[in-house]
Amino acid sequence: MGGGIKVHGVPISTATMRVLATLYEKGLDFEIVPVDMKAGAHKQEPLISLNPFGQIPALLDGDLTLFESRAITEYIAEEYSDKGEKLLCQGCKKVKATTKVWLQVEGQQFDPIASKLAFERVFKGMLGMTTDPAAVEDLEAKLVKVLDIYEARLSKSPFLAGDCFTLADLHHLPIIYYLMGTDSKKLFESRPKVNEWIKKITARPAWVKVLHLQKQ
Amino acid sequence: MAMKVYGDGMSACVARVLLCLHEKETEFELVPVDLFACHHKLPSFLSMNPFGQVPVLQDDDLTLFESRAITAYIADKHKDKGTDLTRHADAKETAIVKLWSEVESHHFNPAVSAVIHQLIVVPLQGEKSPDAAIVEENLEKLGKVLDVYEERLGKTKYLAGDSYTLADLHHVPYIYYFMKTSHAGLVNDRPNVKAWWEDLCSRPAFLKVSPGLTIAPVTN
Repeated sequence: MGGGIKVHGVPISTATMRVLATLYEKGLDFEIVPVDMKAGAHKQEPLISLNPFGQIPALLDGDLTLFESRAITEYIAEEYSDKGEKLLCQGCKKVKATTKVWLQVEGQQFDPIASKLAFERVFKGMLGMTTDPAAVEDLEAKLVKVLDIYEARLSKSPFLAGDCFTLADLHHLPIIYYLMGTDSKKLFESRPKVNEWIKKITARPAWVKVLHLQKQ
Repeated sequence: MAMKVYGDGMSACVARVLLCLHEKETEFELVPVDLFACHHKLPSFLSMNPFGQVPVLQDDDLTLFESRAITAYIADKHKDKGTDLTRHADAKETAIVKLWSEVESHHFNPAVSAVIHQLIVVPLQGEKSPDAAIVEENLEKLGKVLDVYEERLGKTKYLAGDSYTLADLHHVPYIYYFMKTSHAGLVNDRPNVKAWWEDLCSRPAFLKVSPGLTIAPVTN
């Protein structure tokens, strides 16, 4: 396995960025197969055979085909656990279990709100649509309740699952990156522990490489 | 000491954990949390789950929340006992189980839970009527997800392959409640999905948990 890893996706897609960050953290070689979203390529072959939901990213590693970014990142983190940065704490039972909790918190509590907010603030503009201020207000009101919980959590440990950076932190990077480029950044900057955490995780070399891809 | 699960069997998310415990033949104690009296919002509960939701699992000095993290923990801790819910012996198979678990989390769950919230929970709260637009929008989304499942289940007996895993288990409580609404046709009209559902609800673990799933739709 490895060496022939292909990612079908584009570097501006949040879900693709999640996978790319993980691959860079692990120091793995891979190839990006661009998908022309504007031309609807994600709803056609070859992608639709790789992901029946017609979404990016899809990952090929040898004869394994995966979709759903969070399943892909977990596969990479476990399959290549001895390479690059540690993204899952295998040794300690408590931290391993706590990582599972905060992986779910990102997927079930943070992302449903934050991704809709990023859609309003950022992606609607890219698609020629207009931001709905009432939706932004409603989503920000919901997000602050989640961020207050994060503030309390990060007052107890530097990263969400404990003392080390894990996938649970990484999964947040793409949406936070986009929201920090909008007025919604005030929600993060006004919470000292959250703000400190964001500064740490966005400074990671792997993440910087992902952003560099966007400029190419 | 037996694991403790905080919550009631009528909660779909609690039932998800109970199904896993039964599949893993693991003893546990169910500690009721009175949601109607808002005990899940008390400081004593919030210290276990700051999001104020059931279920919570306590296993010795470990306290966990988020039902899918709890099931993953139980399945991993007891991987050599009961049903193999994660196919842990093969990395590729494990990844496929995680993939279809993510599909449940991000495609199936948002649509089905929105429908159940409108048709079952909202009437129970008594203040307003179900929002027909939300129901229609989410039934359409759910139909598209089930179309993908119909094709998938034409190739494999279960979502992640030929054996029952967490990827199937996570669906069970919400499908059970969904089948009590007048929209059960979305499942029944898709032969592979229907056969899969009938298999899931014939499992002994389900027969132990389903008597607790007591919430019923007031209106359709």
